[in-house]
Amino acid sequence: MVKDFELMEHTADVGIVAYGASIAEAFANAGRALFSLITEPDGINETEYRDIEVTAPDRESLLVAWLNELIFLFDAEGMLFKRFDITDLSTTRLKARACGEVVDISRHILKVGVKAATYHMLEVDSSNGSRVRVLFDI
Amino acid sequence: MTWRETLDRLDDYCWEIPTSYKEGMRVSGRLFASEAMLEHILQEQVFQQVANVAFLPGIVGHSLAMPDVHWGYGFPIGGVAATRVSDGVVSPGGVGFDINCGVRLLTTSLTAEEVIPKIESLIAELYVNVPSGLGSKGKLRISEKELDEVMVKGSLWAVEKGYGEPADVDATEESGCIRGANPEKVSNKAKQRGIPQLGTLGSGNHFLEVERVSEIYDRDAARAMGIEEVGQVVVMVHCGSRGLGHQVCTDYVAMLGNAVKKYGINLPDRQLACAPIQSPEGQAYLEAMACAANYAWTNRQCIAHWVRESLVKVFGKSRRELGLEQVYDVAHNIAKIEEHTVDGKKLTVCVHRKGATRAFPPGHPASLPGDRATGADSRRHGSRLLHCRGYRDRHGDDLWFYLSRCGQGAESVGGQAESAGCRCRQVTGGQGNNSHDRKHGRSGRGGPRGL
Repeated sequence: MVKDFELMEHTADVGIVAYGASIAEAFANAGRALFSLITEPDGINETEYRDIEVTAPDRESLLVAWLNELIFLFDAEGMLFKRFDITDLSTTRLKARACGEVVDISRHILKVGVKAATYHMLEVDSSNGSRVRVLFDI
Repeated sequence: MTWRETLDRLDDYCWEIPTSYKEGMRVSGRLFASEAMLEHILQEQVFQQVANVAFLPGIVGHSLAMPDVHWGYGFPIGGVAATRVSDGVVSPGGVGFDINCGVRLLTTSLTAEEVIPKIESLIAELYVNVPSGLGSKGKLRISEKELDEVMVKGSLWAVEKGYGEPADVDATEESGCIRGANPEKVSNKAKQRGIPQLGTLGSGNHFLEVERVSEIYDRDAARAMGIEEVGQVVVMVHCGSRGLGHQVCTDYVAMLGNAVKKYGINLPDRQLACAPIQSPEGQAYLEAMACAANYAWTNRQCIAHWVRESLVKVFGKSRRELGLEQVYDVAHNIAKIEEHTVDGKKLTVCVHRKGATRAFPPGHPASLPGDRATGADSRRHGSRLLHCRGYRDRHGDDLWFYLSRCGQGAESVGGQAESAGCRCRQVTGGQGNNSHDRKHGRSGRGGPRGL
């Protein structure tokens, strides 16, 4: 079975490679990979959602903008997400519904603080299945 | 061609990456490292990043790499680049996401022997007083208007509110405030992240550490900083601008990505996104960065105040009796407009320091946080001043306590021999690097720890 995502070690930071049958699926899996760094995904209940819309000049920047929006929602509102339904995706615009819950320190073990998604080593590849790569500053 | 063949050896500790290495380099790269350290660095593709920084328009001198440089994103961590203010660029990636991440060192008149019997109560008290860990919220309740004041005034805001004393501001780089901060250039998202997080240590490689002075190399210089003897206890605070700074960097890397196209700048890595310093985009970043830098100084000012309160409570003595003075506070993720002489000419430049701390001429202190293996150094102009490290327990190991937020309680981390990582910080010259950002190298994360 093909993995949804993999973590990639980097000297100072951590990267992820996410896969999917489509770019939308790979973007959703990148979101799951991000939250797997922050906490154990199994411990996240789907009790709330946030509707997200981001725009960017190109597909690579859109991936960064998408992940940075998720990081913002975690940092500002304490949202831990488990499932992502990408409802609309073009090269420059993404709309999605992200489902999860607000962090509860008594139940969730927080692992790594993620400061931001970076443009370093950024890749969005749809030549042979969809594959995206992004490096986070932790 | 291997990297070793590419490098020109200038002397025992200085290596040059010539401009011929990569078309587009405007200046050469310079790396300060011993032969042994170079072997380690060669594995890290860091030279590629040093060469990429040399593409920045208006860069003067060299693209510099400090001795413990390592692979970052865009800029290497431990990278320094100065760009001409007249026609050069500013790059948010040359500062990093944690704007004005820095360290503050406080003295005490206590000895390790006096502190050790009370270390557990002290650490517990520090945990109560200094919010730390991922997702922690501060105990300060500030409005958006007060946040604007924090971003404009920096350390002075905290002192005026009763968190510390005017002498602390004097012992802080830039007196804890970069001029020209403009809160209007900081997004609502950044403010939303910043309001609840003021007065928090954060997580990751940030720490609050109770340290024992283990060796003094220059007695007079140490005394000038209030450090008298081996065994004296000092406290180091290492943190930055929290979510506010992260969001400012996120916002401006995206915005300046567009500026790169607008101004036709050729860059080998998108994370190096930049804009001319004189452009509206460049000015906006510098004004927003100053806000985040001032927020970080306020943050460390508040934390230092709570550290003092904790010590006063646990030891039942006054602040004066306990000798709780501030040695210095210095940033290591920042861009600053400075005057420097380059090739005999005085120039106004924007110095980007990413995981690098300034070390100006004699009299100027710099603090370099180490890791658990190597301890921390304070130095003045290249001469190693003193070395602090964990208390040596009866087994002869360096003993550290780390209390995690997740309830695992205390763990001790055994000591290691002094590593190359420590010696590498004996650099002389204009910059000291700091190894703190090598995050995977640290065994403890976030929160207070002691001796």
